[in-house]
Amino acid sequence: MSGLELLTWGRGPGLVLALGLCIFGVILRFAEILALGRRADLALPRPNSPGSGWRTMLTRSLPPPGMLRRAPLTYLGGYVFHIGMAVAVFLFVPHIELFRGLLGLHWPGLPNPLVDIASIAAIVALLALLVGRLVDPVKRLLTTTGDWLAWALTFAPLVTGYAAYHHVFEDYTLTLAMHILSVELLVVVLPFSKLFHAFSLFLARWYNGEISGRKGVAS
Amino acid sequence: MNRPAGNALGKVFSAAGISRRDFLGFCATLAAAYALPASSVGAIAAALEKAPRTSVIWLSFQECTGCTESLTRSHTPSIEGLILEQLSLDYHHTLQAASGEAAERARDESMRINAGKYLLVVDGSVPLGNPGYSTIAGVSNVDMLMETAKGAAAVIAVGTCAAYGGLPAAQPNPTGAVPVSRLVRDRPVINVPGCPPIPVAITGVLAHFLTFRSLPELDDRGRPKIFYGESIHDRCYRRPFYDQGKFADSFDDEGARKGWCLFKLGCKGPVTHNACATTKWNNGVSFPIQSGHGCLGCSEPDFWDAGSFYKALSMPVTPVRKAVAGAAAAGAAVGAAVAFANRAKKTAAKAAHEAVKVEDLTKKS
Ligand code: SF4
Repeated sequence: MSGLELLTWGRGPGLVLALGLCIFGVILRFAEILALGRRADLALPRPNSPGSGWRTMLTRSLPPPGMLRRAPLTYLGGYVFHIGMAVAVFLFVPHIELFRGLLGLHWPGLPNPLVDIASIAAIVALLALLVGRLVDPVKRLLTTTGDWLAWALTFAPLVTGYAAYHHVFEDYTLTLAMHILSVELLVVVLPFSKLFHAFSLFLARWYNGEISGRKGVAS
Repeated sequence: MNRPAGNALGKVFSAAGISRRDFLGFCATLAAAYALPASSVGAIAAALEKAPRTSVIWLSFQECTGCTESLTRSHTPSIEGLILEQLSLDYHHTLQAASGEAAERARDESMRINAGKYLLVVDGSVPLGNPGYSTIAGVSNVDMLMETAKGAAAVIAVGTCAAYGGLPAAQPNPTGAVPVSRLVRDRPVINVPGCPPIPVAITGVLAHFLTFRSLPELDDRGRPKIFYGESIHDRCYRRPFYDQGKFADSFDDEGARKGWCLFKLGCKGPVTHNACATTKWNNGVSFPIQSGHGCLGCSEPDFWDAGSFYKALSMPVTPVRKAVAGAAAAGAAVGAAVAFANRAKKTAAKAAHEAVKVEDLTKKS
C-alpha cells in the first residue's frame, strides 16, 4: 500500500471505523454509568452549598494549597501538556477543516508557528511526565500497563504530527498517513481506557461536588 | 517520421536556427537539474551535439493523447521540442503520417534494426480485463507492449496512466488497467507521471539518456528524482501564507484575490511530487496554483481515488454521518442491555441479602 493509499484509507474507511467505534464506546459507557443510579438520599440536603457541583468542576482544575510546590512536575507538566495539546488539536487550520468536514462547524485558527510551539511544549511535557513517572518509585508502582499504553497512544499523534509538519522523514505522505492512523487508534481506545476522562471528567466532578455539597462538604 | 539514424543533434539545432547561447543555456539547465558542476556544461553540450539519433518507438494505449499534446504543443520553437525532433521517432501512431500496415511495418523494422538500443515510450495504461478492450492493428495492448519491450534499451512510461494506471484504473477499474511497470520486469522502466507530465520532465529524461547513455536516478516510485524529488507544497510561492494561517475560503473571496494559500479549497500540493512549482508550464508562464486553482495531485498514484479535488486534505473522503449515527444507536442499545443486566444483578443481590442478627455476631462457629 502506498503512502497515498494509506492516507486515503485513513481519511475514508479508517476514519469511519474509528469514529464509529469511538461514538459506540462513549455512548455505551455513559449509558452504563448513568444507568447505575444511586439509592435515593433521604437525608435533608445541607443548605449552605448550592452550586457546589459547578464550582467543583472548576476548582478541581486548580492545585490545592501547597500541592503545586510538592508536585510541580505533575501540575505544570499536566497543564502544559493539556493546553498545548488542545491548541494543536483545535487551533491548527487543517484540523479545523476536519471539524468543518465532520460537524459543519468552524472557527479561526492560529498561525502555524504558534501551533508548532504549543505542540512542542506538549511533547516536552509528556516526556517530562514520563520521566517523572519512571524515576519516582511510588508512581512507577502505581502505573499499570494501561497507563503506559495510554501515554504511548497520546504521544504518537503528537510526534507524528510534528514529524509531518517539519518533514522529518523523506516520505511526507506516509508520515501524514501515520499521523492520521495514530489519531484514529487513539480515538478508538479512548472510550475503553482511562483516557475516557476526556468525556467523563466534568460530569464526574460535578457529581462529586454536588453530592459532597449535599452532605455539607463545601467545595 | 522515419529518418535515417546518424544525424547528430548539433546539426538539427543549427538547422532549426537555435543559437549556441540558447543551446548552452539548455545544457546548463540540465546540469543544474542533475546537480552536476558548472564545468560539466561543456561536456554535456559536446555529448548532446555528437549524440547519434536514437530510435524511439512510442506506443499509446488507454490514454487521451494529452501527454503527446503536452510535449508537442509545449512552446515553439523549443529545445525540448527539438530533442524530440532529433530522436528518430520511428513509430507514434498519433503523429506519424503512415497508417495501417505501413505503420506497423515501420515498428517492426525499427525493432529489428535497432534491437537492444531503441527507447520505448509508452503513454496510457494496459487493460488486462479483456485483450479486446484496446487494440492497435488487431494486436492487444499487452501483446504489443511485451513484444516491443523485449528489444528496448529502456522503457519510459509517460503520464500517470502509463506510470500508475491513471484514470482508466480509477475505481472500479472496468478494464482491469495496469501500469507498464507491472508488466515489464526485465527492462529498466522509468515513470514520468503527470496528467499530463511537464514537457521538460519528458525531454529531461530523454536528454539524460542521449548524454550519458543511462537513466537518471529514480525515487521509490520509479520517477526521476530531479523532477519529482520535492513536493509542490515545498516549492510553492503561496507557502508563506500557509504558514501564517492565511487561506482562501472560496475561489472568489478576498483571500483568493490576495493570492493566499489554497489548502482549504482542496490543494493537494503537500502530498504531490512534481516540478510544476519550479519549472511551471507554457515556457515558465504559470502553473495551476499560480492560476488560482489548487493542485490536483496528478503525478501521484491513484490520485483519482484520493477523494474530492475540492476538499481539504484533512477532510474525510467518505461521508461519516450515517456510520456515526448507526454506531451511536448501537452504543445506546448495548448500553441499555448492560444497564439492564446491572440492574438485574443489583436486584438479585438485594433479594439474596440476609440481615445480620445480634445472635449471628455472637455465635461461635
Ligand atoms: S497553495 Fe497548495 S501547495 Fe501552495 S502552500 Fe497552499 S497547500 Fe501548499
